[in-house]
Amino acid sequence: MQAQEICENLAAVARGVIPVLTAFLKDEVHKAGFSDVVFGLSGGIDSAVVAYLAVEALGKEHVHPIIMPYKLSSQNSIDDALRVVEDLDLTSKTIDITPQIDAYFADKPDSSALRRGNKMARERMSIIYDHSVVYRALALGTSNKTELLLGYGTQFGDLASALNPIGDLYKAQIRAVAKSLSVPLSIQQKPPSADLWEDQTDEGELGFTYELADAVLHLLVDERMSVDEVVEQGFDRELVQLIKRRITINQYKRRMPVIAKLSSRTMGIDFRYPRDWGM
Amino acid sequence: MQMMKVALSQVSPRLSDVKANLAMHLSNIEQARHAGANLIVFPELGLTGYWLKDSTLDVARTIEHPDICELIDASGDVDVVFSFVEETKDHRFYTSSVYASAGRVVHVHRKVYLPTYGLFEEGRHYARGNDVQAFQTNDVSMGMMICEDAWHPSVPYLLSLSGVDLMIIPSAGPGRALSGDPNSGSQQFWERVVRTYAQLFTCYVVFVNRTGFEDGVFFFGHSLVAGPQGDIIGGIPTHEPGMVVVDLDLSRLRKERFRTPLLRDENPYLIQRILARGLGDVN
Repeated sequence: MQAQEICENLAAVARGVIPVLTAFLKDEVHKAGFSDVVFGLSGGIDSAVVAYLAVEALGKEHVHPIIMPYKLSSQNSIDDALRVVEDLDLTSKTIDITPQIDAYFADKPDSSALRRGNKMARERMSIIYDHSVVYRALALGTSNKTELLLGYGTQFGDLASALNPIGDLYKAQIRAVAKSLSVPLSIQQKPPSADLWEDQTDEGELGFTYELADAVLHLLVDERMSVDEVVEQGFDRELVQLIKRRITINQYKRRMPVIAKLSSRTMGIDFRYPRDWGM
Repeated sequence: MQMMKVALSQVSPRLSDVKANLAMHLSNIEQARHAGANLIVFPELGLTGYWLKDSTLDVARTIEHPDICELIDASGDVDVVFSFVEETKDHRFYTSSVYASAGRVVHVHRKVYLPTYGLFEEGRHYARGNDVQAFQTNDVSMGMMICEDAWHPSVPYLLSLSGVDLMIIPSAGPGRALSGDPNSGSQQFWERVVRTYAQLFTCYVVFVNRTGFEDGVFFFGHSLVAGPQGDIIGGIPTHEPGMVVVDLDLSRLRKERFRTPLLRDENPYLIQRILARGLGDVN
């Protein structure tokens, strides 16, 4: 089966998820004692989908998107974010992160794109969490399953959140859900980008397409195939090995920090309570 | 009793908050009584929530615990099936369902199949029940199984040998929404199971599943009742909390078992002979 066909199937099975995801948001937000949510709205498809789901679940007055451009962010991204705000009739806040980012790197001019990207992602998350107090709101995550599995995100940056409604959906499925939610076409159609520097695209940075990533991830993870079995399906061995390696080495980003076990009840090991404990 | 009114109480319990869940149970029992129900059925671990992990120890109750007695006392006018973490005197913990009627316990079923795979970890905390028994109340013969029990056909089969009129399945069934259908794959499977058992064992099957989310896990609701032809005679076709009262015409069973005498023709001694011989190479 080829990547395109696998992605079409992935998209097809995502058809019924919207009522479940809105119920998830309503249930998990309300039982935590909150009514409102806050998140970064980038102009990309993931945060747009989260915005539409949140409005459907909680009502527009309880949804607080924050637009946080850097001076190199494309105007298109900002325009697309504003399109979502307008379409959903939301009140948004725009905070330019350029002053703090540039102040931090002023004496570190040789900093790599990775350092800058990570710093921006963490700056944005810090602003979101600050506003979780302002709005008395829970921070929503906007990372999808493809990114989470590949570890394509910044730990304690864009990967941080209280709740993530889209973390079990591959990119192909996000696109299908975006279509059902009537997310603006300009957002649905543009190439995904972390927008950390000019002309950056996710696929350019990753070195493979989302379609290939989704297909290989699906076979490795959901179908529990070995690398050899995925290669037998007609995928390039090097690519499959690369993706498998990314899944493995980025496991740390999906877990809480490891604690040295000393007592009989250690958090993360045998102090075992649900996250929703006491809610 | 020829006509039986069963209230399906599809609820979303608060995780590890027995007091809040007890109040919710009492309120729903009152509502069922007003609706003229003979029986109200709550889902698996309705009194405690499902994803308990280490808080199992905090929510466990003996059957003599005042919280449990309060619920049993509430079965004065309407029979009640409720489920909780039952602790025995020797401190074993079971997932149990109680059938209470007229203020007393008629039967306790302890879950015999504890799923411990994939997302499930019941075998980590709970002791395994070791009996499957039918019981009788108000001239109606019944049996209970809890969720995963029903995925092992031996459990309803054993109940059916007693000729039960009604099988009750309190459940905490998680849904996996990525099925391509507005209803989750698990919900579709459960519907098939409930209908098939009703038809194969020519009885009524009452399936009450919980709703809500715990740690992101979605419980799909869709409680339903199937009749002896495998027909759906009522239910709550959503994942929202709710209650519906379904009328069971028990007189149908006489005609159905005459028309399709599967119970009459069943031969448990065949199984007994084979089991006595030993499974040998089969296993």
